[in-house]
Amino acid sequence: MDPQALSLKATGRARRRLVVNRLAEGGAVLAAAAAVAVLGIVVWSVGSRGAGALSLDFFIKGPSSDFFSASGGGIAPAIVGSFLLVGTATLIALPTGVLTAIYVSEFAPRAWAQQVRLWLDVLNGFPSIVIGIFVFTLAIKTKVPLLGIGHHQSALAGGFALSVIMLPLIARSAMEVLALVPNHLREASIALGVSKWQTVIRVVLPTSLGGILTGTTLAVARAAGETAPLLFTCAIAGQLVDWNPAHSVQSIPLTIFFDSESADPNLHQQAWAAAFVLIVFVLVSSLASRLLLERSRRKAGLSR
Amino acid sequence: MEAASITAPGLPRTRHAGDRIGDGLLYGLTALAAVLGVLVVFAIIWRVADGAWPAIKVFHVGFLWHTQWNANLNEFGAREFIIGTVVTSFGAMLLSAPLSIAIGLFLSELAPPAIRTPIGSLVDMLAAVPSVVVGLWGIYVLAPFDAQHVQPAIHDVLGWIPIFGGDPHTESTVFTAIVVLTIMTIPITSSICRELFMGVPTELEEGSIGLGATRWEMVRTVVVPSVRGGVVAAIILGLGRALGEAIAVTQVIGNFIPLRSTLFASGDTIASRVANQYQGATTNLQIASLIYLALVLLVITFLTNYAAQRVVKRFEFQRTGGG
Repeated sequence: MDPQALSLKATGRARRRLVVNRLAEGGAVLAAAAAVAVLGIVVWSVGSRGAGALSLDFFIKGPSSDFFSASGGGIAPAIVGSFLLVGTATLIALPTGVLTAIYVSEFAPRAWAQQVRLWLDVLNGFPSIVIGIFVFTLAIKTKVPLLGIGHHQSALAGGFALSVIMLPLIARSAMEVLALVPNHLREASIALGVSKWQTVIRVVLPTSLGGILTGTTLAVARAAGETAPLLFTCAIAGQLVDWNPAHSVQSIPLTIFFDSESADPNLHQQAWAAAFVLIVFVLVSSLASRLLLERSRRKAGLSR
Repeated sequence: MEAASITAPGLPRTRHAGDRIGDGLLYGLTALAAVLGVLVVFAIIWRVADGAWPAIKVFHVGFLWHTQWNANLNEFGAREFIIGTVVTSFGAMLLSAPLSIAIGLFLSELAPPAIRTPIGSLVDMLAAVPSVVVGLWGIYVLAPFDAQHVQPAIHDVLGWIPIFGGDPHTESTVFTAIVVLTIMTIPITSSICRELFMGVPTELEEGSIGLGATRWEMVRTVVVPSVRGGVVAAIILGLGRALGEAIAVTQVIGNFIPLRSTLFASGDTIASRVANQYQGATTNLQIASLIYLALVLLVITFLTNYAAQRVVKRFEFQRTGGG
């Protein structure tokens, strides 16, 4: 008798099913590997080209004014500018976002809460270039200066544009953590005769502080890398370090954008180095916030 | 004396008054913030429509299908950019949808628990890379690689199809823009897909395996069908991101019209044209036309996201209503 007839090896239709299964599994593994590989290649490209150009001068000096010099100079004005822009944006978006989240989780009737969530999602879906155009029409193109900053580009205008991007991110993540605060904490506080506003400030907010910080860090990382909203609001700037938020300032993303489009190879070098600084900042802060979130989740899980 | 007798038992009363003020204040502040957050949405729509008004008055709806964009002749039309946006975004969707679903399946069904979280985080971190950095990488690493290897290889096999014709060695191409957009949309779509697949009840999966299905058959007949609506919504959300991406596209696509019939040539999209003309606009009509372009983009992305919401709603209804 043919020994193969007794073997448990799948044949025919069963064999085809197993092969198809293997192929599908292989495809899924390859897709995941490709995504991770792309991240690796991008980070490695930026690291290998950008890290070499880093020096102390790169961080503390301005762009080289000498057209024939061997290097593109430093990005100190862009670092200061990005700090001003993101700082302004955070000062606007953090309180607005957290207060919105408190309204939704502590005060609002269900229907209203749903509406606020819906419109924040809509806001989150707006292209960032459109938000840049919005601030351009609001504060720069308009004849009547708004808040005294109108009619010219400024760090305040750019920061406002970035805050519109940060607002839905901070508000939505804060809503999620506030919803995680156990109701018995609120009830215990109310039962002790503590008023609602003190309950919110002394019990609810401290409990969810870690999560709010996580969401804010992610939003800051996102805003620090946004380029499109700044093109129309804070793009034409001087070459020197400028701490005045009413002036238009340089920024790291725009430096990368302008340098990458330039014909001068020295500026390409500078673009890679600035990209390296930006990507390290963004990846480290999102990694840190991810770890923070893991930790606070585990703590929340244990305490319940 | 009388005043003291009123205030002495008033100690709890003043506290209550303080609490009333505090409660009211906190309520007012939070409600104000929420109203502001919602108002921003309408302010954006109003300001952009208002800024575009001079161009709307001159070009009316014909702006949408007018082909010229000529500042010297004061002729502005959006057709080429709309086509460019549609081609790049849908091209990216064609590549990113199957890849994202596969990644979602890998992370939810296949990967051993030990590597699930790290790989998932790495894919998510791809979304954190700023678009300007992706664009920089796109110009100097991806575009030359595409022009030397990928595009010629596709051209050799499929060159007889017009969209893969032309000179495959061109560096700034619509094709490279599609690849860049694919990279940027994969983390969005795949992370939603992963969540959806993880939510499929284990009993359903085990039942399918117990009946003798292979893992692939389980995925095809149980996992994917039970969250189909969510997967469609995830793909549409990725599409929304691709439609609105300005910076990375403007860096790699070459910003050139007229569009050719091939993917291996430079092109332009709505968002990349707006981004590229940030300083180039001189006349009021040109600025208004750029804002008109932004308005078109706003409407397109709004409708896209609305469609995603509707799909999710319908899907939830089916799930709860259909039992």
